[in-house]
Amino acid sequence: MEKRVTFDNRVLPYLLLAPQIFITLVFFFWPSGQAIWQSVLIEDAFGGNSRFVWFDNFANLFQDSAYYASARLTLVFSALVASVGLAVSLLLAVMADRVIRGATVYKTFLVWPYAVAPAVAGVLWGFLFNPSVGIVAWLLQSIGIEFNYVINGNQALLLVVIAAVWNQVSYNFLFFLAGLQSIPKSLIEAAAIDGAGPGRRFWDIIFPLLSPTGFFLLVINILYAFFGTFGVVDALTKGGPGQATSILVYKVYNDGFRGQDLGGSSAQSVILMMVVILLTIVQFRFIERRVHY
Amino acid sequence: MVENRPFVTILSHVIIILGLVVIAFPVWMTFVASTHDQTTMLRAPVPLLPGPYLIENYGQVLTEGFGRGFGGAPIWVTLMNSLVMALGVALGKIAISIISAFAIVYFRFPGRMYFFWAIFVTLMLPVEVRIVPTYGVVAHLGMIDSYAGLIVPLIASATATFLFRQFFLSVPDELTEAARVDGASPMRFFWDILLPMSRTTIAALFVIQFIYGWNQYLWPLLITTKESFYTVVMAVSRQANAVDATPSWNLLMAMAMLAMLPPVLVVVFMQRLFVRGLVETEK
Repeated sequence: MEKRVTFDNRVLPYLLLAPQIFITLVFFFWPSGQAIWQSVLIEDAFGGNSRFVWFDNFANLFQDSAYYASARLTLVFSALVASVGLAVSLLLAVMADRVIRGATVYKTFLVWPYAVAPAVAGVLWGFLFNPSVGIVAWLLQSIGIEFNYVINGNQALLLVVIAAVWNQVSYNFLFFLAGLQSIPKSLIEAAAIDGAGPGRRFWDIIFPLLSPTGFFLLVINILYAFFGTFGVVDALTKGGPGQATSILVYKVYNDGFRGQDLGGSSAQSVILMMVVILLTIVQFRFIERRVHY
Repeated sequence: MVENRPFVTILSHVIIILGLVVIAFPVWMTFVASTHDQTTMLRAPVPLLPGPYLIENYGQVLTEGFGRGFGGAPIWVTLMNSLVMALGVALGKIAISIISAFAIVYFRFPGRMYFFWAIFVTLMLPVEVRIVPTYGVVAHLGMIDSYAGLIVPLIASATATFLFRQFFLSVPDELTEAARVDGASPMRFFWDILLPMSRTTIAALFVIQFIYGWNQYLWPLLITTKESFYTVVMAVSRQANAVDATPSWNLLMAMAMLAMLPPVLVVVFMQRLFVRGLVETEK
């Protein structure tokens, strides 16, 4: 889409674009270029000298069992975050769409977790499940379940998933609710007249019509699980115990910033960059289709 | 609803209320913990109802921080830092995005599409994938431990630029023509016509970006080393990792409440703008 009527000026548009382009170049393109460049270098342990090594850093990465473990963990983690998050918020949205009385009040009470910082969300859930003072950990203990996320890797992962989903539910809920409200009531009524009950109407009419929203949210949730959950992990488990919750983005940070392994961290960055590019393309291609449905 | 089924309606209410209770529970417990003294919070099980120490706890974290040599900066300092950062990021993003969108929509010039794509590509380069080199650039420019370092690298925004572009494309051409006939310069048109028309879009974006700025975590974690530049979210997370050594859960939870309150209030009181901003930035 283009404007028919425009202004003529040779200099002004460049001046207007300058601040944005400047920041983009300095803080996005330059560091990204450096990440790509460093990913093919090895720096010796004392800094200073670096050597061009082609794809050695990548080769090392693909031979590293810790990297595989982290990649596998990230896939499991994002599958859990996306599926649990979408299922819970779809259920709540369908219910909120059904009720007439109180719908706005419910919405108000459901949107605010979005405003809580992921790191703070991690702290809140860590408190509930804290082995010594957490009320939920205490309840679990009193029914005979030993819950200690500080030493049990699977429990730590479970807790990170819960906190991450909690933080993202309102976002998914709002999009599902908007999707549900845009489905024409006449379709539902026609199905009801033909004798379809609420369950049948949901699976045969509402669910297919909602699938574009669902697909869009799936991509967003995977992106969120990959990159947006850094704060949850750092505040809650610091990637531990062991490497049990060290998802890829946390590993980039840990290896590069703590471990000072620039080449390895940069190679990981480049791989993650490719993941984002892929997901963004999927998202935008899909959005073009969404306009027509 | 299509038909009257009291049972299904009641079931819907029950499920939502159950969901709300589960969602609100962590925050309720945080609030409760922030109103007790330290010894109560160390005795299992912790209380489920608020206690009498609300003013004391909040007073202490606001003015003294944790005290006794732990977590130096009082929380009001970190709250101010977060406020500066959130306002700076939100206003900065809006300012540079609206003028870039104006340039891209209302002018024809060589390289226009390249600029457009350059802005688009930033979507694919989140901070999380270029942590170390971005830190290097900021350190190189001497922006560690400064508000400029906290704010400026975050204000490039493809989504905000696209949102304004979308809005400008919907503005009738007749307005531009009328302005040109009357001899208005491009900037005059921008200030007197376009900007006032964009008020709602700006407000919706502001709500979203304020929350985004307030809740930043990785970025301030990388580029601040002095406590006087810590944001409140960082302070809470750091203290949470030290809480087993100094078990002041009551104070930590008071800090967490203060870190949540501003963005939550913004969302609750500007809900319509918030929802609008959220839905539109994703288009």
